[in-house]
Amino acid sequence: MSKAIEVKGLYYRYDGMDEDVLLDINLEVKRGEVVLLTGASGCGKTTLCRCFNGLIPHFYGGDLRGEIRVAGFDVKKTPIHKMALKVGFIFQNPDSQLFSLTVERDVAFGLENLGVDKEEIKRRVDWALEIVGMKDYRHSAPYELSGGQKQRIAIASVLAMNPEIIVLDEPTAYLDPKTSLKIFQLLDDLNRKLGLTVILVEHRLDLASRYASRLIVMSQGRIVLDGDPATLFHHKLEEYGVSTPRLIRFFRQLEKEGYSFDRLPLSTEEASTLLRRIIS
Amino acid sequence: MMRIFEGLRFRRVESPIHNLDPRSKAVFLVVLSSLSILYSDPLTLTILLIIQVPLVYMARVIKFWLNSLRGSAFLMIFIFIVNFLTSYFYMGGFTVDGLIMSLSMTVRFITLIGAFSLFFLTTTPDDLSLALEKLKIPYDICFAFTAAMRFVPDIALEAQSIMDAQKSRGLELEKGKFMDRIRNMLPILVPLFIRSFQRSMELAEAMESRAYGAIRKRTSLCELKMSRKDYALITFSILFMLIVIFVKSF
Amino acid sequence: MIEVVDVYYTYPNGFTALKGVSLTIDRGECVAIMGENGAGKTTLIKHFNGLLKPTKGVVLVDGNNTRDLSVAQLSRKVGLVFQNPDHQFFSETVEDEVAFALKNFGFQEDEIKRRVDQVLERMGLKQYRQSSPFNLSGGEKKRLAIASVIVFNPDYLILDEPTIGQDYLQKCEIINIIRSFLKEGKAVVIVTHDLEFVVDLKPRVVLMKQGKIILDDYADKALTNLKILDDASLLPPQITELAYRILNSPSLEGILDEHDLMEIVKPLLKRR
Repeated sequence: MSKAIEVKGLYYRYDGMDEDVLLDINLEVKRGEVVLLTGASGCGKTTLCRCFNGLIPHFYGGDLRGEIRVAGFDVKKTPIHKMALKVGFIFQNPDSQLFSLTVERDVAFGLENLGVDKEEIKRRVDWALEIVGMKDYRHSAPYELSGGQKQRIAIASVLAMNPEIIVLDEPTAYLDPKTSLKIFQLLDDLNRKLGLTVILVEHRLDLASRYASRLIVMSQGRIVLDGDPATLFHHKLEEYGVSTPRLIRFFRQLEKEGYSFDRLPLSTEEASTLLRRIIS
Repeated sequence: MMRIFEGLRFRRVESPIHNLDPRSKAVFLVVLSSLSILYSDPLTLTILLIIQVPLVYMARVIKFWLNSLRGSAFLMIFIFIVNFLTSYFYMGGFTVDGLIMSLSMTVRFITLIGAFSLFFLTTTPDDLSLALEKLKIPYDICFAFTAAMRFVPDIALEAQSIMDAQKSRGLELEKGKFMDRIRNMLPILVPLFIRSFQRSMELAEAMESRAYGAIRKRTSLCELKMSRKDYALITFSILFMLIVIFVKSF
Repeated sequence: MIEVVDVYYTYPNGFTALKGVSLTIDRGECVAIMGENGAGKTTLIKHFNGLLKPTKGVVLVDGNNTRDLSVAQLSRKVGLVFQNPDHQFFSETVEDEVAFALKNFGFQEDEIKRRVDQVLERMGLKQYRQSSPFNLSGGEKKRLAIASVIVFNPDYLILDEPTIGQDYLQKCEIINIIRSFLKEGKAVVIVTHDLEFVVDLKPRVVLMKQGKIILDDYADKALTNLKILDDASLLPPQITELAYRILNSPSLEGILDEHDLMEIVKPLLKRR
């Protein structure tokens, strides 16, 4: 089973709303992909993510039409706690997803819910804390941690449950750029080391796109662009309410001067390599 | 304002008292508190106060223990004065008996504060919640208790942030008649409540996403185990209580 | 003019957040205060309207010592808009929310109505007049938070992290609001770590690190000083970093956005 996510003709509307928030979503994500999902506020990206772990329809209710299979499960028929075995979810607000009094117990929370035995819990907590680089904070209380550290613990709590897919909804919204970059690097690391499929909702395309194998742009409930970021950036994303990274804007200006680039650079390293070729 | 919450924070210190099971410490606390309320003579009350001191010393929290007593100094004086004045009116003048009675009430107050302070200074909120679980209280309730404790510092910070924002829009909390001041609390309390509801939703979402409710019988990373020292403390507490009752009955 | 003169500030828990900060802000200026978390940015701006009074040193607003005035008095001139709109909304309608400050400051009914109308129009919130503030979207909430402060027309507008959680279009709106406020001759101070937002605005930049100001200069100089940015734990603007990698010039001054770089690179391009 190499498909992490399969969505066919998905429509959704929240309870009590007059209009659909998701319209005709068709999507296939292979295992091991790192997908960057973006779009203007209200485009439906958070709503779509909630469908990936069962929060929609089981927590939010509403009317979900169409087919959606995640990690082999039919989301409409699978309860959230079963989806949680395969799909981990990281939310925007670092504070609202840490509810224990110590880091250790937070990371263990999911495993305790699943009835895993004590020794195994201990092993996995150790492993998860190590892999996110927070081993020394085992006994810390949440209020002692910075925003970035809290998000790492949230990621560790999810990793401890050994999911195949991890969905992150604007995890860096409250973090500064340098810390955000470290989170993206961690996700890239997890993808390489563990083969984790990553779905990342972000506005910070300048920092995140280099780690993504795929960029999906949503607008008004639909998927309007879907492909390799390096080629997708040829489109004018501004018309969908998304800002293009300045590097890309610069290279688009070069294209106006007569140069053409198949693949646009996603990092300053790539950009400088490309630029050196055309400068005397 | 934050000082109040300092009292709720246990001190992460290595000591034999900290390592005791919260249940045995609770037994000790209950015995001490009940005896302080049952008996009013100065000798008993003083013994009940003094008996805490070696434990405070062993727990290495002398400074913090004294601080919490110091913090209630105002109340102590208040209790003394009220009792003394009451005895004045009751007995028709200042008497030695009245003085002794007032002192006893004050000592009782100090004993109670001291005992509770000792308990909370040496028990992690985490251990408290584990103790509740062991007492077969449904996990949902234990969780609510722990989550409440975990968010107390956050809510305090939010309250401060809300006050800053409203003050910056001209709200004056210090001024005005009594009714005005009550009305001025609204711009502080409403956002605080709404934020709490929002947070509850966010928590619920996150908990579900981590398989909360998957199976009835949760396992636990940490477990409380009663050691010999715990049984010793419980035994001592019960014996102490019996001896005191026995002696006082004659 | 807001004058901060050698200010030190220590919180009750003993942490010294400001260690000898000096700075002036004139009307008509646009200033961005940047630095990593804990550098003292928010502590500093809270001194501008008296929420915090210096432990040592003095803060003067239009010549008045903040120690002599209450927060309410100072807020008439210095409007502070905080990060999280959810930490201030409490009214039943948007209209009431905007009128709150005016009621506190003792404005007359007809003046209140006039100003509320004007501000709702200006911020594009007229259609939500009777709506509950809690039903607005993230971007609308931000606009409402700003509206509830500019309604009393402060001379200095201080915005704490105005771009958090905002998408591209919403950020453009905020830039427009800032520019219109500057046109009126007011001062705007923003605390932010959104570098690309600052590149669009091109204000004067004050960089803070561990309670001190390590640089106070215009954006074209401040944001192109890679060494100091690194010292302040800030990522440099992408274009500046690219320029650093490919150009041999010792100074990257003024190279902030794609147009700046294009001007430099154009003459160097190999003709195809």
